[in-house]
Parts: sequence; C-alpha cells; structure tokens
Amino acid sequence: MEWILYKTILVVCVFGLSLFVAMYSTYAERKVAAFLQDRLGPNRAGPFGILQPLADGVKMFMKEEIIPQNANRWLFVLGPGIAMFTACMTGAVIPWGKDFVNAEGVHFPLQVTDVNIGLLYLFGVVSIGVYGIMIGGWASNNKYSLLGALRASSQMISYELAMGLSIIALVMLSGTLSVGEIVEQQQGWRWNVLYQPLGFLIFLICAFAETNRAPFDLPECETELVGGYHTEYSSMKLGFFLFAEYINMFISAAVISTLYFGGYNFPFVYKYITDPLWVSVVSFVVTMMKVSFFIFVFMWVRWTLPRFRYDQLMHLGWKVLIPLSIINILITGVVLLVRNL
Amino acid sequence: MNLTNRSVVVVKKEMTFLEKLYLPAILGGMWITIRHLFKKKATVNYPEEKRPMSKTFRGHHVLKLDEQGRERCTACGLCAVACPAEAITMVSAERKPGEEHLYREEKYASVYEINMLRCIFCGDCEEACPKEAIFLTDRLVDADYKRGTFVYGKDKLTEKPDKPIDVSPRQTKEVLEFKKNKKFAHNN
Repeated sequence: MEWILYKTILVVCVFGLSLFVAMYSTYAERKVAAFLQDRLGPNRAGPFGILQPLADGVKMFMKEEIIPQNANRWLFVLGPGIAMFTACMTGAVIPWGKDFVNAEGVHFPLQVTDVNIGLLYLFGVVSIGVYGIMIGGWASNNKYSLLGALRASSQMISYELAMGLSIIALVMLSGTLSVGEIVEQQQGWRWNVLYQPLGFLIFLICAFAETNRAPFDLPECETELVGGYHTEYSSMKLGFFLFAEYINMFISAAVISTLYFGGYNFPFVYKYITDPLWVSVVSFVVTMMKVSFFIFVFMWVRWTLPRFRYDQLMHLGWKVLIPLSIINILITGVVLLVRNL
Repeated sequence: MNLTNRSVVVVKKEMTFLEKLYLPAILGGMWITIRHLFKKKATVNYPEEKRPMSKTFRGHHVLKLDEQGRERCTACGLCAVACPAEAITMVSAERKPGEEHLYREEKYASVYEINMLRCIFCGDCEEACPKEAIFLTDRLVDADYKRGTFVYGKDKLTEKPDKPIDVSPRQTKEVLEFKKNKKFAHNN
C-alpha cells in the first residue's frame, strides 16, 4: 500500500516537473532567443519577466476556442490530447536521481519504473506521439495542416529509424534495455558518449528531428505552411501542441543525458557525499543540470541554424544517418568482439 | 569599384570532405551565436530608460510665456503662413482692460490650434515667429485612439506658469542676435 502511495506521489512529481520545466522552457526559449539576438527578451512580468509563462498560460486559456466548421470535431480535440498525453508519459522510465535509502535499508527510487525494456517503452511512446500531430493536422481539414501532418509523420518515421539504429550500438555496449542499468554502468567518467561519439551525434540530430525543432521544424514551418499542423488550432488546444513540444524537448534532453552523459553520475562528487538524502538530492541536481544544458543546446541550435529543405531532410535521414548508424553498429560490434577475445 | 572590402568572388567548386560534413560550419555558426549571448544588448528599456535626444529635437510645440507669465503670442499669423503643412489655425482677439496680466500685447490669440497629424515638425513656425512665442521642444506627441484629439489647442500648447519649459538649447544664433537688438527689448 505504501509502495503504491509512494509511486503515485512520484508520478505526480514527475508530471509536475515535466510541466514546470516545459513552462519555463518557453520563458527560457524567449530569453535565449533574445540574448542570442542582442535583445533582452521578456522582462516586464515580474522580476526579469519570471512570471511571463503564467501570463502566457492565462492568455492561452482566455483565447477564443475555434473549431473549424468542416473539421472532424472528435479527432480535432483528440489530436492535441494525444500529443500531450504521450509527451507526459515518457518521463516514467527516466532515472531522475540515485535511490534514496533510509535507515532501515528501504530503497526509494527516483525513477517511476525501471522496466527492463525501458528503452523500447521510450521509443514506443515517442512513436505514438506522431499520431497526435497527424490526427490533429488531418482533422483540421486544411491543406496547410495536412501538409504539415504529412511532413511530420514522414519525418518522424524516417528519423526514428536512424535513432533506433544508433541506440542499438548503445544497447550492444551496455547489454541491457533498462534505462536505470544503463545509467548505473556509466559511473564516474565512463559516460557512453566517450565510447559512442558517432552514436551520440546521430542520436542528437535525430532528437532534434523527433521533437520537430529547428532546423527540422518543417511540420510547422511558418514561412511555407502558415503554422503547419496547428494552423487551425487556437486557445489551449494550440497551447497543448506547443506545450507537448516543450515537454518532448525536456524528455529528449533527459534521455540524451541519461543514455550518453551518465545521467546522475558525475565524477568525484559521490566520494565526498555520504548522507543518503544528500546523495539523492545531489544526483537529482546533477541530472537536472545536464538536462538544462541540453535544453539550452536545443535552443542554441534553433537560433543558429536555418531550416532544412524537405528533400535535404530526407537525404540526411535516409542516405546519411542510417548508413552512418549501421557503420557505427558494425564498428561497435567489431570492437566488442576483439575486446572479448 | 569596391564600396567595401567584404565582397567575395563566388566560386562553384566541389566541396571538400570536411565541408560536406557540415559539422565544422555548424559549430562555427554556434560559436558566433554563443558570443552574442554575452554581447551588450541593443535594447533600450523604454519607459525607464530613454535614448538621449538631440538638443535640437523638434517635437511637441510650446507657446512660451514671458517673465511675468503673460502670453507672448500676438496672433500675427506669421507661423500659420510659414507652415508648409497648413497645420496652424488661430483666431485673434483684442485684450480687454484688466487682462494685462494675461496677454502681453493688445492683440492675442483666443484660439490657437495645431493639428499634430498635419504637422511635419519642420520648425518653420518657430523661425517665423517675431515674438519668440512658439518653440518646438524635445517632448513627443502622445499616441491616441481618436484623430480629433490630435488637434492641440492652447490648453495643451501653452506652457504653465508654474512649469516653465526650457527651450534654451533651441535658441539659435538668429534668435540670440534678435534679442540683442534694443529695439525689440520687449521680446526678452
């Protein structure tokens, strides 16, 4: 019973964390964008504009809700729901910190569930995410939305392949699909990125494409498709789509830092901290620092690179990243074989 | 002729392997943007922080009062004649006995209006004025929702006796020369 209660609290915490980080990612995005462009960004709502996300949220709620006449109402509402739902689900398998062990030796993990196929679960849920965009874009009954949805689905499917292949090399190296174990293996400096630099690069590029962010934001590219799949959306349904994108970005950053950058591991830190509570707190802080850094990288790239053309995108996905990741698998296999001889 | 030394001759050559990777170029771009993160920001936080204006900025007009708080304007109409945008209209009136503390001379403008939507802020009215009554100041004309409100009457143009508006930076060489002339001593 207590176990269920603890897990429930943890789920709520992770959910809240995702929403909170996503909320402040919108603020951070605007600030980073502004600073990279020699501007100041939002600074009117509260000190340094810290209340800006609240103001934006209120604005989203107050806006008029419009459902186009010829839209499929049921699917039109379902689309953003799925996008949001899948975005929130992925946080479950990510270890946010080291287990807290109390005096009686009971473990309180900071990971909602360490399923032994955690990586597969992650990929499964992420691939469902495309349905939200597809359904939303299709149900809008608008050519721009449809084109955006088509682009989103083909882009996400193409890049999922390369992403999965880059992960296979990682799985070969660590010999497990459980995210918790993968993190445990990367103690100290033994971060996977040092063993899988090419895999990391492929994964990073695919993560940009999977979250539909620049330079791969073709599904919503304003210059060609008005707003892409969310052209017809308004009010909080639009908010859901945008919010789901930010949650996805947060989860992607978390996945990158857990799979390739050691998650809560940080060299030297745990030698000096022995108190179990502090170990958990510090490990959580370390994770969040890495995650924040990668969220920043997402934004940094967005405000640096111009958008791909669609054929270039497909070219990169199918003709470059997939062969590269297969080569990466081959090299990893050979190295593993030689090492085990 | 080269206007700058930044022009580059475009050559369409095969990209080298390193260029084909794009990664060095991407990293270079990211290096450029990250440097901008720490650069001085161009933004001016407007209501709190104002960009310095030229000393001779030509904005919202003022009808000056003399030292005794009397209106200098005598409704001669020279400003209206000089105005290329025909923004100024006035109605003159005769000073009644007992109004000497309000108007300096026998004739004054009972109505003096400038249409701020017509005004091009050229400053010709200021130049035309023989009484140094009208000056342009560094104040901005406020935005509003209705056009009618942009016809400024004396209520908005005349300076308040308790709040004099400094126009000394706008006293041009000609104005100062004019003031030196004893014949126009009443203009001081």
